[in-house]
Amino acid sequence: MGARTILLGNEAIAHGLLEAGCTMATSYPGTPASEIMSALMQLKRRHNLSCHLEWSVNEKVAVETALANSYAGRRSAAAMKQVGLNVAADPVMSAAYTGVKGGFLLIVADDPGPHSSQTEQDTRQFAMFAKLPVLDPAQPAQARAWIAPAYELSEAYEIPVILRPTTRVCHARQDMTPKAFQTAAPQPVFEKDPARWAATPKFRYLLHKRLNEKLDKIADDPRWQPQMLNRKILDEAGQWKTADGFDKVIVASGAACAHAVEILRDLNLWTRLPIFQVPMPYPLSERFCTELLEKAGTILVLEETQPVIEGQLRDRAKVLGRLSGHVPREGELLPEIVENIIRRFAGLPEVSLSPPAAGRRPTLCAGCGHRAAFFAIRKVFPKGIYASDIGCYTLGLNLGAVDTVLCMGASISQAAGFHHAFRAAGQNSRPVVATIGDSTFYHAGIPALINAVAQGCRFPVVILDNGTTAMTGHQPTPAAGMTTNGTPVPAVTLENLAAACGVTHVSVGDPYDVPGFTALLKAAKDHCRDEENGGMAVVIARRPCLMDQARREARRSPAHAPTITEKCEGCGFCLKFFECPALVFHGEKEAVTIDETLCAGCGVCVHVCPHDAIQWPSVSPA
Amino acid sequence: MEQQIAVSGLGGQGVLFVTKLLAETALRTGFSVLVSETHGMAQRGGNVVSHLKVFPRHDSKEEAAEDSLSMQPMTSPLIRPGRADVLLALHEEALAAHGFLVKPEGAVFCNRSDPKGPTDVDAVARAKAVGSAVAANVVLLGYAAARGGLFCTVDELRAVLQQWGGSRMEVSLSALDAGARAAREEKTA
Repeated sequence: MGARTILLGNEAIAHGLLEAGCTMATSYPGTPASEIMSALMQLKRRHNLSCHLEWSVNEKVAVETALANSYAGRRSAAAMKQVGLNVAADPVMSAAYTGVKGGFLLIVADDPGPHSSQTEQDTRQFAMFAKLPVLDPAQPAQARAWIAPAYELSEAYEIPVILRPTTRVCHARQDMTPKAFQTAAPQPVFEKDPARWAATPKFRYLLHKRLNEKLDKIADDPRWQPQMLNRKILDEAGQWKTADGFDKVIVASGAACAHAVEILRDLNLWTRLPIFQVPMPYPLSERFCTELLEKAGTILVLEETQPVIEGQLRDRAKVLGRLSGHVPREGELLPEIVENIIRRFAGLPEVSLSPPAAGRRPTLCAGCGHRAAFFAIRKVFPKGIYASDIGCYTLGLNLGAVDTVLCMGASISQAAGFHHAFRAAGQNSRPVVATIGDSTFYHAGIPALINAVAQGCRFPVVILDNGTTAMTGHQPTPAAGMTTNGTPVPAVTLENLAAACGVTHVSVGDPYDVPGFTALLKAAKDHCRDEENGGMAVVIARRPCLMDQARREARRSPAHAPTITEKCEGCGFCLKFFECPALVFHGEKEAVTIDETLCAGCGVCVHVCPHDAIQWPSVSPA
Repeated sequence: MEQQIAVSGLGGQGVLFVTKLLAETALRTGFSVLVSETHGMAQRGGNVVSHLKVFPRHDSKEEAAEDSLSMQPMTSPLIRPGRADVLLALHEEALAAHGFLVKPEGAVFCNRSDPKGPTDVDAVARAKAVGSAVAANVVLLGYAAARGGLFCTVDELRAVLQQWGGSRMEVSLSALDAGARAAREEKTA
């Protein structure tokens, strides 16, 4: 500690938590929040810390677990991406009423853009809904530095506090000087107080009243008031005293504020146009709002992604932002967009922006077991409805093997919905297949599978089991049979879970074995169609993630690639239905080639080519 | 001295590594940095870009100043279009994808199998020659540094690689030198 170092925003948050004496942190992986827990686990190992850290099975469980540690008087945190907060909404809403003892920090990473999410939802608005204070850091260094005072706020008012970084904070790096970790942890003390911790509706009313009183005080807490960032230089410039008021003013929070400050400097407006940073967009001080509305001519609000500050500044004639149409209502506030908004506000000519060229779309890795499983599914269930889910395998879209992606776990419940819809219409022949990753199944698939069984559904669920949470950086699943400390625990296996959910037809196969895996799918199809003894079927496609393997072994083992024979007509079938990055298409009627630096040697493409033009060399690899 | 550098390539080409190496070199030569990275789904073979801003460090005695936006000459982790001084293109597709970030007088160093422009280099071939095709990213970095296009020198980059150590250090050092050599060959040619 003490040395200047460059930290990723999420690493900076991990440092902030440990500097503030956090004794328990829980998380479920999700971009852009994942590295918070990975960094905590690394720091714990490196510094031999005693805090409890876990990848929980989902965000709801993560919040509830960490919250109990706070009830016991110890500092805690739960970290997740913004849509994870939807899963955890139930405990969070309730915890606002019960409050906490030890400081509780709910870290929710938002994703304006969106870059890796299904929505652009604004956690600050969720904070208003839940009646919880929310902090909106602009940079990694702020995110870290605000955590200790956030814990003080949480403890002073016995309330959960939300820290809301966005992608540009989580995945930004900045140099800073971290502090020593606080390792002295208080003993857990749980004081029974049923009127609070187990409050019935009658007491809930009182807790709600108390919550409102807390929010009134928090809004005026001096540590979290909006700061005019250029007050000193404006007053020194001597054109006018900022205390007397201003013609135009910018009010900003989060990454948009970081963009705005740099742009003001570039446009020579830093010494002319006052800018406030709002560290706590909710609850916003009534005194600040009233005073600002009195002093300012026009107020431009820059925030992501909903008009949270803007809405609290109650004068639609004076306040410019999303509600007035001055700020785009969707998409990330990229700095070039912020620049033009500021230029317009300051009466400067705008810069014309051309949209960047469409980039290459992401695809499943060469040798990914998911690609093989999708190919077999399409073959066995042609013209099916393919309900899928959230993970790397969402990229099955490119293969025409993914028709719906809604939210974590929805593949199974939506497949059930399609099944009922088509059965009710007498169209039993339309096949419906659910595909779901192993981690997603543990997270939210289990209740949906139980429900499908209980409602008499008959469709196959293919669990794409790569043994890890791949998309977010290879976090372990409950099948690992080991805690993060390396303590052995019972492995919670997919086959046992599926059987326990009431599925009578459960099979496991390797999707690389194309004929074998295809046979498993056919057997599952037959089971679903068996009028007398049939029902739901679960097929587990088990093939470890290659990236995870390469990561563990710190190398990629050289692969033997199949060869393309002269039978290749360049028909493009393998490109369209298999899309392996190692298969290089050179145009119609040109033979396909194999990029040996990318080829993983899985050999699945040998079964893909309709012309048998892809073959193993005569000596097949071991 | 301020420099804005964009590093662009395809997922898996080592965009993050190059950016991290540059950022660490900046830190050790007394600068402050802001970096923005691509994580998540786009890393699966899509276009990946990192933004790096290098600028003088504001040394403040006040502890509170470190996290204040008021004192930093640069505060945003993103480069605006037409503002990058340098683009390191690990793949020629990067030019189409992120060329718009570079300012008119900016420098573009591009890895190409058939070098066309005056700042193109076949980084993959030179990386293969030192035994590792995936080290093309470091070849391109060594090339750009030796051409004088970066805020730092090849020696400063080498010092950071040496201090990091690790199993790939030798390969990276060879790749860095191979890139620098490519730049010198051009000068003498």
